[in-house]
Amino acid sequence: MTERHPVLTMTGISKAFPGVRALHDVDFRLFPGEVHALMGENGAGKSTLIKVLTGVYGIDSGTIILSGEPVSFRGPMQASAGGVSTVYQEVNLCANLSVAENIFIGREPRRFGAVWWGEMRRRARALLTRLDLDIDVNAPLASYSLAVQQMVAIARAIDVQARVLVLDEPTSSLDTGEVAQLFRIMRQLRDEGIAILFVTHFLDQVYGIADRITVLRNGSLVGEYTTAELSQLGLVEKMIGKELDVLERLDEQPKRELAVLERGTPFLDARELSRKGSVAPFSLTIHAGEVVGLAGLLGSGRTEVARLLFGADRADHGDLSVDGRGTTLRNPVGAIAQGIGFCSENRRLEGIVGELTVRENIILALQAARGWLRPVARRRQDELVDKYVKALSIRPANPEIPVANLSGGNQQKVLLARWLITEPRLLILDEPTRGIDVGAKAEIQKLVVELSDGGMAVLFISAELEEVLRLSHKVAVMRDRTLVSELTNDESVDSDRIMQTIASGAGEERATT
Amino acid sequence: MTATQLTIGRGPVRLPRRHIPVLATLALLLVMYGIGVSQYQAFSNIQVVFNVLIDNSFLLVVAVGMTFVILTGGIDLSVGSVVAMTAMVSASLLERGLPAGAVLPIALLIGPMLGFLMGCVIHFFDIQPFIATLAGMFFARGMCTFISGSSIPISDGFWTSMSQTRIGDPRGNFVSISVVIAFVVVAVAAYTLAYTRLGRNVYAIGGNQQSALLMGLPVGRTKIAVYTISGLCSAIGGILLSFYTLSGAPLIAVGMELDVIAAVVIGGTVLTGGSGYVFGTVLGVLVLGVIQTLITFDGSLNSWWTKIVIGGLLFAFILLQRLIGIRYK
Repeated sequence: MTERHPVLTMTGISKAFPGVRALHDVDFRLFPGEVHALMGENGAGKSTLIKVLTGVYGIDSGTIILSGEPVSFRGPMQASAGGVSTVYQEVNLCANLSVAENIFIGREPRRFGAVWWGEMRRRARALLTRLDLDIDVNAPLASYSLAVQQMVAIARAIDVQARVLVLDEPTSSLDTGEVAQLFRIMRQLRDEGIAILFVTHFLDQVYGIADRITVLRNGSLVGEYTTAELSQLGLVEKMIGKELDVLERLDEQPKRELAVLERGTPFLDARELSRKGSVAPFSLTIHAGEVVGLAGLLGSGRTEVARLLFGADRADHGDLSVDGRGTTLRNPVGAIAQGIGFCSENRRLEGIVGELTVRENIILALQAARGWLRPVARRRQDELVDKYVKALSIRPANPEIPVANLSGGNQQKVLLARWLITEPRLLILDEPTRGIDVGAKAEIQKLVVELSDGGMAVLFISAELEEVLRLSHKVAVMRDRTLVSELTNDESVDSDRIMQTIASGAGEERATT
Repeated sequence: MTATQLTIGRGPVRLPRRHIPVLATLALLLVMYGIGVSQYQAFSNIQVVFNVLIDNSFLLVVAVGMTFVILTGGIDLSVGSVVAMTAMVSASLLERGLPAGAVLPIALLIGPMLGFLMGCVIHFFDIQPFIATLAGMFFARGMCTFISGSSIPISDGFWTSMSQTRIGDPRGNFVSISVVIAFVVVAVAAYTLAYTRLGRNVYAIGGNQQSALLMGLPVGRTKIAVYTISGLCSAIGGILLSFYTLSGAPLIAVGMELDVIAAVVIGGTVLTGGSGYVFGTVLGVLVLGVIQTLITFDGSLNSWWTKIVIGGLLFAFILLQRLIGIRYK
């Protein structure tokens, strides 16, 4: 990378929210024609930095200079008009509108003052062809997968002669093939001279594409490095700011011993359970103190299995027994009463109540289990909450701020704490580590081990095979909404073997760290 | 309007999924009309259809405004009261001797102003549209009785000529000027929704307001605009109603907002926003009108049967929307 003038320079940026100091005196620069990875744990301030840049938030102090001119955008529209376009982690488009409209809305081509649909479709087709994406521009966006929607979002972003393209965790829901396609597009755009700011949690991806890395920690700048000069290990250390003992200890741990567990009545025993259009009949047993991993691609039916076992969906056929007694789960309340807890994959939609405080969110499930007539005493609440905020190192450690102000990883921990205080006998964790950083990930994995040592049964759903293998006694593999195989996690099982099981037939494995 | 490729079933007939509610309404309308024609000889007279239009032109105009609001995912409960207030203001000003040319602009301004204010309250203070427009509803209804406790007749020449002029064919079938005005409003609204940025922003906000904001669309401006448009449509509806009744009455159009919402929903617009067409609303209003006509023709049925049938239909259509799954995340 030759030293040219940066297209973007951010100097001394600070930003605070009520109860949270999100950014403190952060510098950042971006050169044309480079992919620059912005790294940091959850809550390090990556998202805030991006939102400050694109004008979603104002800044408390600092300057932003774009192509030599000081700027302060007052919103994403102004930012993209100024040449800074953003694609967010969650696809922020309107699924009810057509693909073409999603690319152009807000700047539709017009003729005689009216929206010129024909021209809009032509330009959309041309743009998507450039991105090598063959889809119908007239179809509603909702008819395409998340990955395609993400590409459409990128098409929208680059249509406005962008000089700076911000990609905020664009890969968190893509599989390997789709990531490769995205990278091809990113390289193409980089070679056209666009500066790309890339945020991701996948270290492999950083080293696969980024030229330069900036690391943030706790809202402060750690440093700027070229990818060549910083090793992966070095990067992780810079991100979490401590030695990697936690991670290493987990890695060194031998495969979990479980022989002793295969005795007695299983806590949960599902036989030929199925739901039409959702999951083919499957059988699964989970013993107390056992961690059962559920592996498979996105959309292979993992979440559907979890929803059946939690009563969120009703099974059409099959038998379920809990503690040896046959039972039918009609709804989550019934499941909770049986001692089953479910941490949803979709924390934003199904789990977290953003306006409530950390304390209130944590208490929710316990309160629901007790019934509203027996409120949990405030003192008891504080005790419990303090305990779990500490145990899970939820940051900031202030239980009285709204959960919406927390980062994704910390919201996940709050959700986990909510279930843990109800002391469930079976905890279903659906992608608990998706989109959260290495440090938090290690903490959650460690916690799963501790919980199962304490006698809790855990159903652990994850797309990351390493993680499933590290934690599980037994691995059930899903493919095409069918439970295809159940493997005891002994020395003969490794990620290759699971990958083969998943792939036998067709399909690609999702990118893993 | 964009054609869509999201279809159900395979084969030569491709049925775009989001058009199903509108098509269902159309089918329902044809079936009801068919029943009427087969049961009553006089029903086949084209004037029956024209009378439905004449009797419901003001409802149609108000429903068009409501369509904008519901497409953004909002609701406007004030429309019935604004209709009544507009008619009252017109009648009262005409009674005091103001010329029609001065009364019309004044009457037509009040509704949009109230709508604008409610839109501002909804946007700037982040108030639920239900509550903000409920306040508007009470305010406008109160203003009606403040103007006069009893009905005020209108004898103005312009009003009576608008009321009595017939536009018809040589065989004696006719519509009123109000019907023409209503269809002009429909045409303008359909164009606005399909071919202007304002219209497309309305759909985007109804689809996902947060995304619309992040895509840089003028969410606040658009929301204020739809309540202003709804206010304007209510004002036009009020004028048409005063043409129709040649009076202003403080308690007219009570509960009309609910008929209007029913018409819009039966017309296939989804209450959570983002999906629906003005054409559907026209069909929805016609369905309500034809039900009324059928019950009138029967003669033996109490007029409350209208409400019962509308209730059943509304329920069926909400279920239909749910079943075909027009619920984009």
